[in-house]
Amino acid sequence: MNLTLHVWRQAGPDAPGRMVRYEAADISPDMSFLEMLDVVNERLMQTGDSPIAFDHDCREGICGSCSLMINGVAHGPNPGTATCQLHMRSFADGDEIHIEPWRARAFPVVRDLVVDRAALDRIIAAGGFVSAATGSAPDGNATLIPKDTVDTAMDAAQCIGCGACVAACPNGSASLFTAAKITHLGLLPQGQPERLQRARRMVERMDIEGFGGCTLYGECQEACPKMISIDTITRMNRDFLRASMTPVRAAVAESD
Amino acid sequence: MNRALALWHSSIGKHAVMAVTGVIMVLYLITHVVANLLIFQGPSGINAYSRFLHGTGGALWIARLVLLVAVVLHIMAAVQLTNRRRAARPVGYAAGRQPQVSTLASRTIRWGGALILVFLIYHILHFTLGTVHASFVEGDPYHNVATGFRNPLVVVFYEIAMAAVGLHLYHGIWSSGRTLGVSTPSPRPLRRQLALALGVLVWLGFAVIPLAVFAGMVPA
Amino acid sequence: MELRSRVPGGPIERKWDTHRFEMKLVNPANKRKHTVIVVGSGLAGGAAAASMSELGYQVKCFCFQDSPRRAHSIAAQGGINAAKNYRNDGDSIYRLFYDTVKGGDFRSREANVYRLAQISVEIIDQCVAQGVPFAREYGGLLANRSFGGAQVSRTFYARGQTGQQLLLGCYQALEKEVARGGVTMFPRTEMLDLIVIEGRARGIVARDLVTGRVSTHLADAVVLGTGGYGNVFYLSTNAKGSNATAIWRAHKRGAAFANPCYTQIHPTCIPVSGEYQSKLTLMSESLRNDGRVWVPLRGGDRRPPGEVPEAERDYYLERRYPSFGNLVPRDVASRAAKSVCDEGRGVGPGGLGVYLDFADAIRRVGAGTIRERYGNLFEMYQRITDENPYEVPMRIFPAVHYTMGGLWVDYNLMSTIPGLHVIGEANFSDHGANRLGASALMQGLADGYFIVPSTISDYLASAHPTPVDPSHPECRRVEAEVAERTRRLLAIRGKRTVDSFHRELGSIMWDKCGMARNAAGLNEALRRIPELREEFWRNLNVPGSDAELNQALEKAGRVADFLELGELICRDALHREESCGGHFREEYQTEDGEARRDDARFGYVAAWEYTGDLAAPRLGKEPLEFEYVHLAQRSYK
Repeated sequence: MNLTLHVWRQAGPDAPGRMVRYEAADISPDMSFLEMLDVVNERLMQTGDSPIAFDHDCREGICGSCSLMINGVAHGPNPGTATCQLHMRSFADGDEIHIEPWRARAFPVVRDLVVDRAALDRIIAAGGFVSAATGSAPDGNATLIPKDTVDTAMDAAQCIGCGACVAACPNGSASLFTAAKITHLGLLPQGQPERLQRARRMVERMDIEGFGGCTLYGECQEACPKMISIDTITRMNRDFLRASMTPVRAAVAESD
Repeated sequence: MNRALALWHSSIGKHAVMAVTGVIMVLYLITHVVANLLIFQGPSGINAYSRFLHGTGGALWIARLVLLVAVVLHIMAAVQLTNRRRAARPVGYAAGRQPQVSTLASRTIRWGGALILVFLIYHILHFTLGTVHASFVEGDPYHNVATGFRNPLVVVFYEIAMAAVGLHLYHGIWSSGRTLGVSTPSPRPLRRQLALALGVLVWLGFAVIPLAVFAGMVPA
Repeated sequence: MELRSRVPGGPIERKWDTHRFEMKLVNPANKRKHTVIVVGSGLAGGAAAASMSELGYQVKCFCFQDSPRRAHSIAAQGGINAAKNYRNDGDSIYRLFYDTVKGGDFRSREANVYRLAQISVEIIDQCVAQGVPFAREYGGLLANRSFGGAQVSRTFYARGQTGQQLLLGCYQALEKEVARGGVTMFPRTEMLDLIVIEGRARGIVARDLVTGRVSTHLADAVVLGTGGYGNVFYLSTNAKGSNATAIWRAHKRGAAFANPCYTQIHPTCIPVSGEYQSKLTLMSESLRNDGRVWVPLRGGDRRPPGEVPEAERDYYLERRYPSFGNLVPRDVASRAAKSVCDEGRGVGPGGLGVYLDFADAIRRVGAGTIRERYGNLFEMYQRITDENPYEVPMRIFPAVHYTMGGLWVDYNLMSTIPGLHVIGEANFSDHGANRLGASALMQGLADGYFIVPSTISDYLASAHPTPVDPSHPECRRVEAEVAERTRRLLAIRGKRTVDSFHRELGSIMWDKCGMARNAAGLNEALRRIPELREEFWRNLNVPGSDAELNQALEKAGRVADFLELGELICRDALHREESCGGHFREEYQTEDGEARRDDARFGYVAAWEYTGDLAAPRLGKEPLEFEYVHLAQRSYK
């Protein structure tokens, strides 16, 4: 296959960027999208150009590093597929492919297609955990959890933190990411004690980081490589609103 | 008070305000559309209803006040959320972001809302205050309607606005259930169909009147 | 170099308890005065950083990824073992211990393995408490499955994403400590050297991968949880970024490297599809619970699998190992696949593949049940190969997956450099010459949550580290060396890219030091690797500068270290004149092609010390004694 690429190139966080055109000749349809970029990069380096920087690591769709906007679609055309698992057979010979980084104020560009997603870590740090210090746990079977509950929690827990939901959202909202964690932990008995506080703190953090609000377009759910449902957002809204109406005990307020 | 303020400052809080005020306005619109259809009973029905409303004394003004507050809050939240949205993505996509699944109704929620606001102002000047009405008669809504749609431009404007109301309602009703966290997850979400039905009914109910008047089916 | 294992005395089931009592403690008020550096944020590193912060230490945690949640532990699919005996099927701590020592082909330290089996039970409890959504039965109890090489069901799992869920639990605990102020996180920061002052590990030199700034970080102890070195083979199931730089730099500063030749080749990976292949994808071993492995009986049979009649298929694992069948340990399954492919009976492009067939299982339990068990794996397979495994058998081939070798550590998980602790896959402990399925997650978390947070206090309380000034000449010297190395890599301006060197190294390693090794091949590798290294330093092309995000430069540093480590692996493989676990020497096999151990000559841990000359490392030996597990030839027949 022969393809024409238009790739966002930007030398550094404060440097100006622009789309640059590259010809990608002799691409095998069995290559993954990232392998196609590897080939382009090898060729760029042989001609003395600087290779295109992009985030990637596991290349099996689970680490969440890869993050490309391909022809205006986060992670490209195949639903439920991260960029690293997208194969070139999904494109046709002669296609023009536009490749851009995730765009959000909270995701500043580091270089080329690499963005800084630390904002997502800070949302987790705000409350996306169960406070269970090592050593303090009761027996794993001490609390029964219905299979359906744990399965629903697992559906949400699959989030790989890639940020595609933000990239695809017309509002630049991180609601699906935040809601997936709130849902995962909020469904399990272990997550109950901190449930409302968690929702309140994580949502507040999400706002502070400068993500947009949720208008329920549903684009995030379609972009999500793990196809996490916007039902999680309903749950987040419920927990957050309940948290906002529930009086906070003085002790908890002080620990804030 | 602090908690209410904190809620208002959060993006979910603002959406919740939009949802609650939206629900108030939807309830109002439902009574409004039902009442409007009285026009087809001739002057007696709708004018009697109008007299009834004005005869309630303070209640009408309370309702108007509630609606005014709802409209103002709805718009304030919308404007602030739109500003947030703009700030959240200062640099857009060169190739354009390609919508995958979002509905037309959801994508037009802002411009549609703005159009509805312009319409609302015109509508009040048209039928409540009568300032832009050629032959306005205070206290005779039947006459005002029957003579209010002679200009085809006015009819077209009303039809466009009613389509916008229908779309706005469809996405607004569906999403408010989720925004307020009351929709329970279901593999066959009923609320989408409910919202669609309400949106279509309200739209048709409103849209039919200007056309009927223009077509001469409502004699002056 | 002295290899003191510091295994406590007493009966094996009491050793860890005794040791915990005998270890010195750091007073709670003094803990916050100690800074500990943790490099790596996977299951081992992340768990250690979070747990030590909970104890009160000041922790600085480093990872090269953009977030600690991306560490490669996340990719583990199958599950985590624990001796809970929830199934009432005869499991016990002793049995998990026994299975692990035997599965490791009697090349691990008994006391460490016993402790691992003991702690396995607490790990599950800890993870459940953190909200890890382990699979459950309808009654609400934790579910289990049996996993490669075990005859009991002791594997806990979260769909095919167990590693992900365990890592997220650990990452969340880490972020909780970041928010509390106990852990300072340094993402996109790569350790490039170790600072050793007065014989003790006192810090690291790291490069900020975004700005290129090289800086020194000092502490009272350093913990490496930087994972394995499987990427020395270029193609492996490891993440692209997984590298050996941290442990290799530590090795060159004095830490002994143990059993480097023990590499695990995983039997169920998706075969290579072309030259451009950048990594291999694992299909969870759990697939072997229901899939049957076969190849055509005749070589050169090119018929599509559906057209090969039952009588002309060779279910070679079931044939050769009737009692374990398709569930033989990984090393055995991998070698068997290699041998049928060597006979010309392999399937798919290049004849490098065998079938993993679910037709029988689908007939037996229905496609729905199979979808429930392996749906995500089947989807992944189809995405990559464009073939539907519900209809045609999967094609699989072995691939490098895990490295049992690593830095030598004592019972406290401390390396031969005092103060330098090594945990998880980065150390050599526990798995001997072969790791059993679902044991890597167990070991990483045991080391990180429970062992190192306890043993570090013993070190800190006895060593009484005094503050070091960043302007100490040793810090300046190491920092200058790191800068010089980076400068050299950029100054070569040769013709070949880093990847081309890495690929070539990988193909040497795979051909000469892969699933089967022999003296002639290893000697050839030992000749070719130094040549390649020499060319690397003469003809490498790294574009750009060191003051920016430069992914080619990052890779170059890692490959430079692989080029040195690869040589040590081959040297270790050449010296070990026996076959055991993941190390199979063709000269040392039984008549029916099974591995032949030589306990008398090689019943030891080979710990290599860097002497300044890569061609002449010094071999130290830690003898292995087996008091509890009876030394025997493994048999899965």
